[in-house]
Amino acid sequence: MDQSKIRNFCIVAHIDHGKSTLADRMIEKTGVLTSREMQNQVLDNMDIERERGITIKSQAVRMVYKAKDGEEYIFNMIDTPGHVDFGYEVSRSLAACDGAILVVDATQGVEAQTLANVYMALDHDLDVFPVINKIDLPSAQPQEVKDEIEDVIGIEAQDAPLISAKNGIGIEDVLEAVVHKIPAPNGDFTKPLTALIFDSIYDSYRGVIVFVRVRDGVIKKGMKVKFMATGAEADVVEVGYFGPGRFIASDELTAGDVGYFTASIKNIQDTRVGDTVTDSANPCAEALPGYKKVMPMVYCGLYPADSAHYSDLRDALEKLQLNDASLFYEPETSQALGFGFRAGFLGLLHLEVIQERLEREYDLNLVTTAPGVVYKVHKTDGTVFDLTNPTNLPDPSEIEYMEEPIVNGEIMVTTDYVGAIMQLCQERRGKYISTDYIEQTRAILKYELPLNEIIYDFFDALKSRSRGYASFDYELKGYERSELVKLDILINREEVDALSFIVHKDGAYERGRKMCEKLKDEIPRHMFEIPIQAAVGGKIIARETVKAYRKDVLAKCYGGDITRKKKLLEKQKEGKRKMRQIGNVEVPQAAFLSVLKLDNTD
Amino acid sequence: MLKCRRQRSYLFLSLIIPIKMKSILSLYVHIPFCVKKCLYCDFLSFPASGEMIKSYFEALRREIAISSQKYVDYDVKSIFFGGGTPSFVHSQEIYDTLRIIIKSFNVTEGAEISIEANPASAMREKLFLYREAGFNRLSIGAQSLNDEELKKIGRVHDSRMFYETYENARSAGFENINIDIMSALPDQSLGSYLDTVKKVIGLKPEHISAYSLIVEEGTPFYNMDLNLPSEELDREMYHETKNLLAKSGYHRYEISNYASTAETECFHNKVYWRRGNYLGLGLGASSMVKNTRWSNITDMKQYKKAFESAVVLEHKENVQVLSKQEQMEEFMFLGLRLVEGVELKKFQELFECDIFDVYSETIDKYTQMGLLEIYDHKNGDGSKEKWLHLTDRGLDVSNTVMADFLLT
Repeated sequence: MDQSKIRNFCIVAHIDHGKSTLADRMIEKTGVLTSREMQNQVLDNMDIERERGITIKSQAVRMVYKAKDGEEYIFNMIDTPGHVDFGYEVSRSLAACDGAILVVDATQGVEAQTLANVYMALDHDLDVFPVINKIDLPSAQPQEVKDEIEDVIGIEAQDAPLISAKNGIGIEDVLEAVVHKIPAPNGDFTKPLTALIFDSIYDSYRGVIVFVRVRDGVIKKGMKVKFMATGAEADVVEVGYFGPGRFIASDELTAGDVGYFTASIKNIQDTRVGDTVTDSANPCAEALPGYKKVMPMVYCGLYPADSAHYSDLRDALEKLQLNDASLFYEPETSQALGFGFRAGFLGLLHLEVIQERLEREYDLNLVTTAPGVVYKVHKTDGTVFDLTNPTNLPDPSEIEYMEEPIVNGEIMVTTDYVGAIMQLCQERRGKYISTDYIEQTRAILKYELPLNEIIYDFFDALKSRSRGYASFDYELKGYERSELVKLDILINREEVDALSFIVHKDGAYERGRKMCEKLKDEIPRHMFEIPIQAAVGGKIIARETVKAYRKDVLAKCYGGDITRKKKLLEKQKEGKRKMRQIGNVEVPQAAFLSVLKLDNTD
Repeated sequence: MLKCRRQRSYLFLSLIIPIKMKSILSLYVHIPFCVKKCLYCDFLSFPASGEMIKSYFEALRREIAISSQKYVDYDVKSIFFGGGTPSFVHSQEIYDTLRIIIKSFNVTEGAEISIEANPASAMREKLFLYREAGFNRLSIGAQSLNDEELKKIGRVHDSRMFYETYENARSAGFENINIDIMSALPDQSLGSYLDTVKKVIGLKPEHISAYSLIVEEGTPFYNMDLNLPSEELDREMYHETKNLLAKSGYHRYEISNYASTAETECFHNKVYWRRGNYLGLGLGASSMVKNTRWSNITDMKQYKKAFESAVVLEHKENVQVLSKQEQMEEFMFLGLRLVEGVELKKFQELFECDIFDVYSETIDKYTQMGLLEIYDHKNGDGSKEKWLHLTDRGLDVSNTVMADFLLT
């Protein structure tokens, strides 16, 4: 394929500004798919993603476009994940492109994510051109938005296509703009193979399917390739392009192409996103820049609600990991919850997505423990270890000091809510860095925040205190020394390991009190009184009591009532089944989750 | 799946010569009419015109005549007319209905024949006619002897009417009378409730049913903002009922039922808890015969139509053939309502497997918690059998225990 006829690009946008809809229209217009074949949104093909309106796994699609100059162009559109948890994957997707389309909502203008995404694209030296979407809405202000793009972002916007992706207006203009504004790739066919992995998925028949952007050289069936970071080698079985929703095999992929290959790879861990693929026989001199191994940021315990389903959970995690190299898990045992796993995630959203997929796709009933971050524990004997499970915290006498992860956080917020958001950051032990006003009504607040303060309900709190107007982005800064303690929860005088967590010394009392209150509401009355206590280092700092119930009886049950009364008993039993036995106490699963959402505004 | 070792004596089996034994049956007759619905009532009942009532009884008597043909091999040992308010309708209808039952079924000598009565409608003449028809047990819905409380729960009678009804019943010759009372009513105090209990005891009825109010979904009470007694007060009322009644010679034999002697325990209701056969007659009435449960349709028009012509139309619904497992569950959760509980040997006889093979975990758990108890039950001849029952504490929280006897 002639490189000058290839365009590799992505679409960047703030959430809901119409990225997926535009992608659909472009696919339609290029004629690869008929309208009837179109799924509503071709790129987002997972249920959860669609429900949440976000894209999690990056995917790519190849289109053939006959331009006004009479030439046929190959468009490779690479979709990027839209959430901060997947920042690294976004970065690799961008690295596979040569340019980007920036979609801006004509009624909303530039938003926080718009900026974050554009800056990221510019960082990767992509040529970005804007399109103004939703111009058919009465409240559209295309000219103001164009001016804003030029003022705030600093890219040329006056000739931006004015479109309505929803109604198919102006799509042709976008396609033409891709031809003229996105540069063609400039790889070298004659050099050794150098290809960037920007995604991979697992297929039970073909093994791992690796998504690559070929920089230089050629990849074809039969050749032996090497993954430079992991050192793994494999024989290529098939190469090809991305059709919409399917794979189309071809003879080879050459410099400038975007496509996939398979090589009977069984372990997705060998095909890390960001790694460089080269020819084993004739390797390139150095790997493409930017590879890093993604480390889990957030850990939690995953347990089957019914311990009989442990092996089902294990099988499900194995399967999920085939498609998600960033999911980490290892077996662990909890006194309260039995056998389960400690799992690591890129962030809280990633955790929630995995949890939902386990429950929905694998029909599992899960108990999830409070998510925690990775702490560095410096022991008095001079050794240091990473703490992922609070129960493994050694005796305080063995600890010299501890460190916790700190992130650089950026919050974009309208000026009305700056005060409320600053207060929130203060409460979360944030260290104020700066305030930058991007225009009169909007500011970016920069804070250093401990990661463990933002993994619980920070997003919820942010949204509620800014009426939804704040957006948040963060990246790991590093580790800092901190005064941390382990907070234990005792139910009926039994320590519940699954509820223990690490907290800053100053927040321990408040947190303990709130957890006790919350648990008191969640744990149903039993036949005996149940004390709920919070303790730090063996010292009780808060207590609540669940009173014993006195009455649980059906006064009447005669001939006409029996079937109905049995149903009542069944319901009661079903309710109990969903609970966890801790000592003599039945604790509903919701109790384990509710303690994660201790809303600070109340 | 339940584990169950089959234990069968084949030797014995081969020696048994089949004897045609008559099965036992109880009859329930539903009268779905009342002056107006009480605010807590979740039974199938409604006000109706004289016309409608008349045609209902015609259909009911046809049902009796037709259904009885299937039960010629059964001895009827009890009959219960319930509602609704049976005393609300013309007493001649009741008379005719019981007479046709006695004519059509093999009602045994000494069978317990009960009817429910509301003090507002059970006039002296009605009670006399009931006796004449053959009723020998009367159940009076007093609920409370405090007129304010009665008003709040939407009853149509007052305490004066109740006393009259009671006196009339005695003079009509009823020697077996039950009085229904209710605790945990809105705004009810312990004092006012116990006052009702004491006044009822003073009348010396043979039987007392004392219910704690349950606010059921679908009743007006469910959507009302009621000042109901706390759980603690509710239990105090229940416990005081038991104490007071015990002092006056009444023994509790079921969660809410008390009797002066073993003979005056309600035979008919015990059939429900012991899982005997019972046939329901009338609109929406429930039946269980030979481990099949069903109920009559609840639509009045359809019900009447079903018995209009010689060809009887389908009138059963919710037909459920109980599996062995379901029978075991019912045996437990119904049997445990009775203070004496269930006989361990009986489980073995009915289901051909040991109760501990099925329920050892549940029995152990609650025995340890002091909610269940295995005890020696004395038979009439002085011999002893092992029985399982709920303790006093267990009766208070019986749902928790019973739910664990469900096997799925």
